[in-house]
Amino acid sequence: MIKRFFSALFALVLIISVQAQENTKRKIPAAKVKNLKGTEISTEQLSNDGKPIVISFWATWCKPCISELSAIAENYEDWQAETGFKLVAVSIDDSRNVAKVLPLVNAKGWEYDVLTDQNGDFKRALNVNTVPHTFLVDGNGDIVWQHNAYAPGDEKALYEKIKKLSKGESIKE
Amino acid sequence: MKKILGALALSTCYHIGFAQEQPADYGQIHGNFQADIQSYKADSIIKAPVVPDKMRMNAFTNLIYTKGAFTAGVRYESYMNALQGFDPRFKGSGLPYRFASYENGDLHVTVGNFYEQFGNGLIFRSYEERGLGLDNAMDGIRLKYKVNKGVYVKGYGKSRAFFAQSPAIMRGADAEIQLDELLFSEDSENDLRISLGGSVLSKYEPDLDPKYVLPENVTAGAGRLNISKGNFSFQTEYAKKINDPSSQNKFIYKEGQTLLVGANYSQKGFGINASAKYVDNMDFRSDRTANGTVSLLNFLPPITRQHTYLLMAFYPYATQNRGEIGAQGEVFYKFQKGTALGGKYGTEIAVNFSKVHGLDTVTTTAYEGYKAEPGKFGKELYFQDFNVELTKKFSKHFKSVLTYANIKYNIDIVQGLVGMGSVNCHIAVADLTYSINDKYSLRTELQNMTVEKNLDRGSWAAALLEFSVAPKWFFSVIDQYNYGNPYHKARVHYLMGQVTYVKDANRIALSYGRQREGILCVGGVCRNVPAANGFTLSVSSSF
Repeated sequence: MIKRFFSALFALVLIISVQAQENTKRKIPAAKVKNLKGTEISTEQLSNDGKPIVISFWATWCKPCISELSAIAENYEDWQAETGFKLVAVSIDDSRNVAKVLPLVNAKGWEYDVLTDQNGDFKRALNVNTVPHTFLVDGNGDIVWQHNAYAPGDEKALYEKIKKLSKGESIKE
Repeated sequence: MKKILGALALSTCYHIGFAQEQPADYGQIHGNFQADIQSYKADSIIKAPVVPDKMRMNAFTNLIYTKGAFTAGVRYESYMNALQGFDPRFKGSGLPYRFASYENGDLHVTVGNFYEQFGNGLIFRSYEERGLGLDNAMDGIRLKYKVNKGVYVKGYGKSRAFFAQSPAIMRGADAEIQLDELLFSEDSENDLRISLGGSVLSKYEPDLDPKYVLPENVTAGAGRLNISKGNFSFQTEYAKKINDPSSQNKFIYKEGQTLLVGANYSQKGFGINASAKYVDNMDFRSDRTANGTVSLLNFLPPITRQHTYLLMAFYPYATQNRGEIGAQGEVFYKFQKGTALGGKYGTEIAVNFSKVHGLDTVTTTAYEGYKAEPGKFGKELYFQDFNVELTKKFSKHFKSVLTYANIKYNIDIVQGLVGMGSVNCHIAVADLTYSINDKYSLRTELQNMTVEKNLDRGSWAAALLEFSVAPKWFFSVIDQYNYGNPYHKARVHYLMGQVTYVKDANRIALSYGRQREGILCVGGVCRNVPAANGFTLSVSSSF
């Protein structure tokens, strides 16, 4: 029974991937998250007027995530002026740590759009395993790149991609 | 079987033929994958036990199909056998998670498995922590309807226990109203936000006990309030549960209640946060006989700071669902650049203090169990943590995070043991990063934990060295040395080396060495990891 189900499932995946050759673009999936004021936000409506968006999943206890967001924060004003991109930082902190998000973001002076995904609905919709996990969305709302983990210097490579997207170029290597 | 494949193959060719003419939307499939494989070599010095199968694996893959307002997904999990430290009842392979959902205007329907949280999770939280083997997914039906400015959630289901289900059936409802959206017009400049929420969860579990007359329907309710205006915000939630005798509370018929209160103030460069918590008999499960992290229905967030550095997380706290009272306060401050303490890049300091005690209880009858005075701290200290963290960038190449913590930890209460007593530790960590250039970077962590009077396993030191080549490679070496163990023969090094390769969203990590016996915590829930010696291969991918 299980074997049959699997064969059917894989055949279905095969068909869909064949069709999906025409449709490999992926939009931001639908999930409900909250902003720092407690207002519910529908993620499929995230947009930036046709300019690139970076969605970065982080948590207050994730040191590499804080390193990555701090490193980008140092250049955020200049990078925004040059490309118009915006960074949406989605915290996956659960009810234990979610109250720390606002004081931490304010104290560090981050200017990002910060959202909270307390029970992991957005994280699951994007198939994120561990944080930090960063997505790059182009001006048409398509997810064109994603990356897991952070090494100092990664933010520079990310910015090169953002610059290309803002000029309408493709980032395929 | 062959007929199915044949038909599918034919329809594929049919679609390919047409694909040139009309690009149609057949939806998309995305997912993720993770496998962790560990080998075990007996090592008597660190007390790593003999593992007969020598190598074990945990793996899972999620596949999600979306087309317009319709989503369906499945998860395949495999434990051949479950890694040491995971409940051995995770055995074999199967599809423990599958769902379909659609959105029709203001109504959202999910059938099959789902995760959900009411408020802070005090009476109901269904979630997953794959790293701990914790998964209490619901299996049933969930309806969400947005009524004007309010949101209603109703659900009916059974919760997951390993590859099976709990004996109880759960029915719940939750509603939240944004009062500010009702009171003020949309373009009002008033930034006052008030939200009011209420939830109820009732479980039905048949009474199969020959000795007790157990309540088959147990209901819990909660109410919450969140207010924010300008730089200030306040949040609170109160929950109550009717009598729920179970093996966890030794079959007493006492009611349970819990209260969470918190407030914070923050502006650019400064943030302050304070919270308090009271828990009395709030262990809530979908199986009266369950223990450990199985069949949990709710989540009582620990009111202590979550540590991630190896030695800071050596003695981690977990909420005592049966009863506790605690408070936490913290301050975040940034000395701006150019000031005396700020230096060239600014300096950040965070101070945090938390304290948790048992309840002040008086034993009463066998039926009720005990009486506790609400709001009163009992005599027994469960946990206390004072820590300071300083983040400073010295130059374009060099930055540091220096942390000190003083932790008092009641081993008997928190780990459920007898005769171990409490420890008082002083832990210091220096986390230093030197960026050689945009590509190469070197990071080191130097840690020391002094345990007063050399209790338990005594004092430890740890060092980590990590060399990264952005964006793909990480090489690291970690050593933990138990230099203060009262048994001289146990004063051993736990040395481990790891290589990680990351390309986009694919990650492969291979490590070899000794793993210390201890507690691994992810998201406030912990599991015991036994001592082990061998290699670990971890493969993870998102697509």
